[in-house]
Amino acid sequence: MKIRLHDIEETAKVLYVRALKSLPPDVKAGFDRLAAAETSPRGQATLATMIRNIAVAEDTDNLLCQDTGVPIYNVWIGPGVDVDGAGLKRAIRNGCARATHEHPLRSSIVHPLTRRNEQTSCGIEVPVIHVDFSDKAETLEIEMVPKGSGSENNSFLKMAVPAEGVDAIRTFVVDCVLAAGGKTCPPTIVGVGVGGTSDLCVALAKRAATRPLGTACADPDGAKLERELSSAVNQLGVGPQGLGGDATAFAVHIELAATHITMNPVAVNMQCHSARRARATITPAGIAYGY
Amino acid sequence: MAHHDFTTPVTEVQVRDLVVNDTVTLQGTLYGIRDATQIHMFDRGRRTRFDLAGHAVIHTAPNVKTVTKSAEHPAGYAPICVGTTTSDRMERFTRPLMRDCGVRVIIGKGGLRDESLAAFGELGGVYLAIIGGTAALETTWIEAIEDVDLDDLNPESLWRFRVRDFGPLLVAMDSHGGSLYDTVRDAAAARRAQVLRSLGVTPRGG
Repeated sequence: MKIRLHDIEETAKVLYVRALKSLPPDVKAGFDRLAAAETSPRGQATLATMIRNIAVAEDTDNLLCQDTGVPIYNVWIGPGVDVDGAGLKRAIRNGCARATHEHPLRSSIVHPLTRRNEQTSCGIEVPVIHVDFSDKAETLEIEMVPKGSGSENNSFLKMAVPAEGVDAIRTFVVDCVLAAGGKTCPPTIVGVGVGGTSDLCVALAKRAATRPLGTACADPDGAKLERELSSAVNQLGVGPQGLGGDATAFAVHIELAATHITMNPVAVNMQCHSARRARATITPAGIAYGY
Repeated sequence: MAHHDFTTPVTEVQVRDLVVNDTVTLQGTLYGIRDATQIHMFDRGRRTRFDLAGHAVIHTAPNVKTVTKSAEHPAGYAPICVGTTTSDRMERFTRPLMRDCGVRVIIGKGGLRDESLAAFGELGGVYLAIIGGTAALETTWIEAIEDVDLDDLNPESLWRFRVRDFGPLLVAMDSHGGSLYDTVRDAAAARRAQVLRSLGVTPRGG
């Protein structure tokens, strides 16, 4: 399957806007689950407003949240896909800039030193583009995540040591949720990276934070720890928006990597309640949009 | 837990009447302000031609569309999506915003800290919590972008919105030393030990 770069550009543009407007079904179901279990009247009212906002965004064809985030594109290339890799990255970047001009969207991206905003949602190394490979024949997938800054600003890494054990991971996650309070727009998806190198650990935390709700860590020990921590953080009482209540997190998600005998790294990256993402699957049959 | 309907600007007496857990709905003028706006105003000496005395500001940087100036869009901008950002980053600007500009009401999400709470008490101010991430809803409360200043900082310009039935917003920090964020944070910190025990975390001495 030969990929036309024009299709990639168009898809990258469409995905950015779709992600900003329509929340994935698993996140909507997560809201219903939290709302049904919430015991605090304020928590119930806060969740009800969030749920109402999802409907207003759909009814008015508007963005869910004003934060257009840091645009992240994750690409998976299957066997039999013929694509110019460097061209693909350029096309994604062009699509991202076109979404910003043509919708228009707020460009939230600035140079880190001069703070200059090019008004394109692009800059050095942004949009963030990750390219990986899959086993899906004749299939190219693109996932778009507009990562909100309120939650991104609450990102944490601890290079714990083996003597601190798994307890270091448990304690760190609880303390990060406490430290973040209402700043991350809870209820959040608490993404936890465990193991790897420092950079891989943080990348795993992001992958965990943007994983669909209802999915589990592929490693059984990781999945068990996810369940324990998911229950634990919702005992803290931080609640929706940090205003008190049960619903502090939709879930704690964990992604693992092997690590060194001397290391025990743990990272936390959170996703706000507007846990937006969109996906396009390009096959010989055409382009299908989903989540 | 009284509800108040305010048309801006407001007086010190009106603001001091508010206590945590009250709710407020705003009518009239609302100013949008953000990190860069305040860095330029308070660190770099930029002045605004707007008179913010007695007014409410919201921590925002909206999505807007450039349009031809008209009665409906006097500033040449149409609002697309106007929401709220995390307030905590702008903590150190609360006092100058109140002292130098006379601002009485700050609207945001996630709360401010002790120094802001002290400024609210000393100068007569209040923090109103909006539900973050509900910008589509919030946008329906914005009637127009009336004017804009410091627009070279776009989208972090100083925006003047005309609002209608903006709220209800929750009084989360008042001028009497009350902070809902402190209450929730202290209660959560008190639960930490129990939560760690439930996870089987073994306390280790140093």
